[in-house]
Amino acid sequence: MSNNKVVEIQKLLKQFPVGGDFFTALSDINFELEKAEFTGLVGPSGSGKTTLLNIIGGLDSPTKGTINVLGMELGSASHNERAFLRKTKMGFIFQSYNLLPVYTVFENVELPLILNKVESKERKRLVTQAVEWVGLSDKIDSRPAQLSGGECQRTAIARAIVHEPALILADEPTANLDAKNSHQIMNIMVRLNKELNTSFIFATHDEKIMAYLRRIVHLEDGQIVKDEIIENPEMGAI
Amino acid sequence: MLFHLAIKNLIGAGIRTWLNVFVTAVSFFMIIFTSGMYDGMRSHAKQVTIDTEVAGGAYWHPKYDPLDPFSYEDAHGIPPKEIHELIQSNDAFSVLVSQASIYPNGRMMPVMMKGIEPNQSIINLPTQSLLTHTDDLIPVLIGSGMAKYTQLKVGDTFAIRWLDANRTYDADEGVIVAIMETENFKVDMGTIWIPLDRAQTMLDMEKEATYITFSKKSATIQNKENWIYRDVNYLMRDMEAMIKADEPGAQIMYMILLALAGMGIFNSQILSIFRRRKEIGTLMALGMTRSRVVTLFTLEGGMNAFFALIMTLILGGPVFIYFALYGIPLPIDYSEMGLIVAKRLIPVYTMGLFVSTTLFIAFVVLVLSYLPSRRIAKMKPTDALRGKIN
Ligand SMILES: Nc1ncnc2c1ncn2[C@@H]1O[C@H](COP(=O)(O)OP(=O)(O)O)[C@@H](O)[C@H]1O
Ligand SMILES: [Mg+2]
Repeated sequence: MSNNKVVEIQKLLKQFPVGGDFFTALSDINFELEKAEFTGLVGPSGSGKTTLLNIIGGLDSPTKGTINVLGMELGSASHNERAFLRKTKMGFIFQSYNLLPVYTVFENVELPLILNKVESKERKRLVTQAVEWVGLSDKIDSRPAQLSGGECQRTAIARAIVHEPALILADEPTANLDAKNSHQIMNIMVRLNKELNTSFIFATHDEKIMAYLRRIVHLEDGQIVKDEIIENPEMGAI
Repeated sequence: MLFHLAIKNLIGAGIRTWLNVFVTAVSFFMIIFTSGMYDGMRSHAKQVTIDTEVAGGAYWHPKYDPLDPFSYEDAHGIPPKEIHELIQSNDAFSVLVSQASIYPNGRMMPVMMKGIEPNQSIINLPTQSLLTHTDDLIPVLIGSGMAKYTQLKVGDTFAIRWLDANRTYDADEGVIVAIMETENFKVDMGTIWIPLDRAQTMLDMEKEATYITFSKKSATIQNKENWIYRDVNYLMRDMEAMIKADEPGAQIMYMILLALAGMGIFNSQILSIFRRRKEIGTLMALGMTRSRVVTLFTLEGGMNAFFALIMTLILGGPVFIYFALYGIPLPIDYSEMGLIVAKRLIPVYTMGLFVSTTLFIAFVVLVLSYLPSRRIAKMKPTDALRGKIN
């Protein structure tokens, strides 16, 4: 596997037990992602986007097939090894932000650094920097309940990037946001992608996001039906 | 690191944490309070028994068995010389025990008739009152429990019938000269106290005694002949046995309180895991291993208990100190139930009680925090993230 491959998936099958039977959520998925890509998994609700994203993130395991993420064979990796991979090299962004309600913006963003045992002075520097990136310096001591949806998602982005991961997985990050906030967030991520070479995979069916993507992988009923490269995205040119 | 996060989570949860802590603190308080009260009862009962009955110990006539009333007939004799010297120097006093029947208000009641030296000051009984002049009536001192049971008042007269040394029945009239308030039912229920010389005459047992109680500071005797030396431990052993017999009750109480405290902790822990399952999923997505999440939640539960302990000491401490100094007024008179209980109970809080309670509860709390947290280890991160729990 070449150094530039961030994700490599072959013949992936994912089935969920339903009653005494199986529901096939993903089948015959073959997918590769290069470094610094800005790619979206796009498809209607129930098409398997979240399932695929979770498998790439090592939160779920495939039923069949091989998957290599950032150099780790996830199929044979233990829970703890996958946790380690997420902790050190991945960032997650969720539709409903998933901030810890009792923590301030600073503390939420600091969390991945604490998990990575970064020492406190360095933590402070990195958190301040990440919060600046998303333009929330004036809200650094607020708690999630005091923030708007857009501000929450920006906090979540800061948390996802603070340890400078190689891959960020974002599941419907704009689904709870209005157009203005959605664009603001997408612009932040485009900038991150360009300046830090961070790879992004989105799961979305939001047209606004699609306008920024440079590659769109279309999913339908758990299968990739189309994989297109967008040479000149409508939005996000810097 | 987990410690740091656990503190942040607890402090961050604000009022919810403090409510939990408060509830646990109340349980702690109750456990320590009841244990202290119980220890207080026990030490009080012991102290009262020594004060009103046992003093420094006793010499028994070899035939004397307080539990066998038929032994009283033969259990009397003139005390050996050295014991007699103790009595002479006011370091001991004689008691002559016999069976008798009294007829208060026409009813018959078997009693233990005890002749006691009225001038003794070794045990705390108002025996001086037996010196009251009564025109040949036998002066009788009884306890308030006995007075209530027989409905006798000071000045009431009644017949007393006894078996003398020659095994012939004799009877005479007695008069209540005093009724004493005592917490020791053993010197009260079923007992009448009369002057020693009077008893000796009535029973035709001049100079004789059944046992001799000596003071705490009296010297030990070289030659006690065949009389039996009974030390304080021996004389307290039925008292100790009673306390022992009572122990399961205290332990059940303790277990109930602990179970209540435990249920609270267990419940809030389950609730917390249910409420925070999305947070658990997020922590896993951020790369925390399941075992660390389990440890985090267990730690939070444990620290909850630690805060509770501090709160108990801060809020409950003054209460403990107040009760330890001034006692707790008791609403019921337990002596009627045959228990030695003060009207004001002074609880005893020992360092040992605090330490053992704390250690034990800390252990229980950790287990109770750990058990529910274990289900986190079985959670799938994807389910947790979706807010599902299985
Ligand atoms: N844990 C699960 N158990 C059973 N079925 C599941 C589970 N997770 C997802 N599915 C099913 O798999 C399909 C794909 O789900 P998902 O990946 O969430 O779709 P999308 O994110 O594209 O909306 C859906 O039909 C969903 O009901
Ligand atoms: Mg989805």
